[in-house]
Amino acid sequence: MVLFTQTVQSMQIILTEPVLDRVDVVDPFITGLTVFVLACFVGYYVVWRVTPALHSPLMAVTNAISSVIIVGALIAAGSDGFGFSKTMGFLAVVLASINIFGGFIVTKRMLHMFKKK
Amino acid sequence: MSPNLSAILYLVASLCFIMSLRGLSSPTSARTGNFYGIGGMVIAILTTLLSDTILSFETILGGLLIGGSIGAFIAHRIKMTALPQLIAAFHSLVGLSAVCVAAAALDAPESFGIGGMQGIQTGALIEMGLGMAIGAITFTGSLVAFLKLQGLIGSKPLVYKGQHLFNALLLGAILWGIYQLAVTGEFQAFWILSILSFLLGVLLILPIGGADMPVVVSMLNSYSGWAACGIGFTLQNHLLIITGALVGASGAILSYIMCKGMNRSIFNVILGGFGGEPVGQGGPAVEDDRPVKQGSAEDAAFLMKNARSVIIVPGYGMAVAQAQHALREMVDVLKAAKVKVRFAIHPVAGRMPGHMNVLLAEANIPYEDVLELDEINRDFSSTDVAFVIGANDVTNPAAKTDPQSPIYGMPILDVEHAGTVLFVKRSMAAGYAGVQNELFYRDNTMMLFGDAKKVCEKILKAFY
Repeated sequence: MVLFTQTVQSMQIILTEPVLDRVDVVDPFITGLTVFVLACFVGYYVVWRVTPALHSPLMAVTNAISSVIIVGALIAAGSDGFGFSKTMGFLAVVLASINIFGGFIVTKRMLHMFKKK
Repeated sequence: MSPNLSAILYLVASLCFIMSLRGLSSPTSARTGNFYGIGGMVIAILTTLLSDTILSFETILGGLLIGGSIGAFIAHRIKMTALPQLIAAFHSLVGLSAVCVAAAALDAPESFGIGGMQGIQTGALIEMGLGMAIGAITFTGSLVAFLKLQGLIGSKPLVYKGQHLFNALLLGAILWGIYQLAVTGEFQAFWILSILSFLLGVLLILPIGGADMPVVVSMLNSYSGWAACGIGFTLQNHLLIITGALVGASGAILSYIMCKGMNRSIFNVILGGFGGEPVGQGGPAVEDDRPVKQGSAEDAAFLMKNARSVIIVPGYGMAVAQAQHALREMVDVLKAAKVKVRFAIHPVAGRMPGHMNVLLAEANIPYEDVLELDEINRDFSSTDVAFVIGANDVTNPAAKTDPQSPIYGMPILDVEHAGTVLFVKRSMAAGYAGVQNELFYRDNTMMLFGDAKKVCEKILKAFY
């Protein structure tokens, strides 16, 4: 229990301490790179297990999830005032949501056709 | 919502996306997988909307509503035969939205929390430049692929002198543009970079011919992922990085599988020009006077109905003629007559990975009957009839015997081992690779000339 409290306390310190105050902090790029490389490996092993019969739905669904770029678009479109950034954000929200809705619905339609005997 | 909580929710969304791909390992788990994907997307969007950076919602809701209804409308309306061009069109949208997000981030870095007093850091600018350039190439490249697949521009490869040199110079210019953007951090460099990348996207895909589209579509799928990754690095958003890497890896693997299915390197495909003009040396001459055995629908019906087992080999010709439904009716009759009917799918059949599987599924053919090349290739020798409908190069034995042939080394379906080979073809014209198929002249081959759908309907009539 004591150990637990200590851990929670130290975690709180890590979480609340401003990053820039610590000298030995890792560059965010390196953290991103770590995440990137690990995700590539996960992607590699997961995709090789996809059955070839479902390669078309795979393309449709990856297309839909790559539109998660909408996260960036939302931030731009949700900013204050009206400017170039907001316009670009709006455009990107429209484009990405075409993809999200279109991609998932088409995938659903395709998968519904694959039937057993 | 605190940044830490957002990050954790983004992690949950990432896991959902991984699960959605994981689900595709079998048709039974795939539908659940799709729901994971939708769930992940909802979590990602809600998390962003609830973060402190979002100050006004009107624009966002308007955008979601407009985009969502367009997307839903198209997805409900689209015919399954138009799937390859739809996917290409969707890829182009991902590319363009990456460009838009990059522009927005360059214009107002403070709202993304990436610009300090001294503007955006050089590292982030390089990542932005890369993401934007890949996004722009994806946009115009997919647009060209769409136009080719839709038949709005010719699917013949467009080649000119000095093409590769020009593209290489253009690529060099793009790298220089990224460098300029990183150094100046200004919009002038950004626009020049985007124009150069748009141009490269067009020039990269124009010289690639129609039957290489499976590789192109998967490659652009991969690019759209890497573009998202680049933007993810710029915005330091791990969800974007993870998702981009997943999609990038997926597209890359599909491209690899497609290239392997043609025994060509990815460079050979990208450099283009394949299948443009008839191949001079190698393979029997294109003009050939040898007699072929031509059969009627009645002959075919008789052969198949009296067979114990039949393997059907569909190709792009089936998709063009939309023959899958007529084919299914034909198969139903055969099955009722206790004939064992199976389908053999070559990895590069059609215009995108898995194209044939979707069309057969659309015609209500159970997926257990549809087999991949390595699952079924051995069974041709114990099969009475191989029914080749709209496929050509993928059955050509020259790929095994003739080292001069442009398709030498390509894995093929060994239809020649079957008792009788029925070829449904519109004419004696050579296939995409420009080589004549020696199988047409074999004794155990019978040609059924005509449109794939009409031939199937005629055979169906002849059954009764």
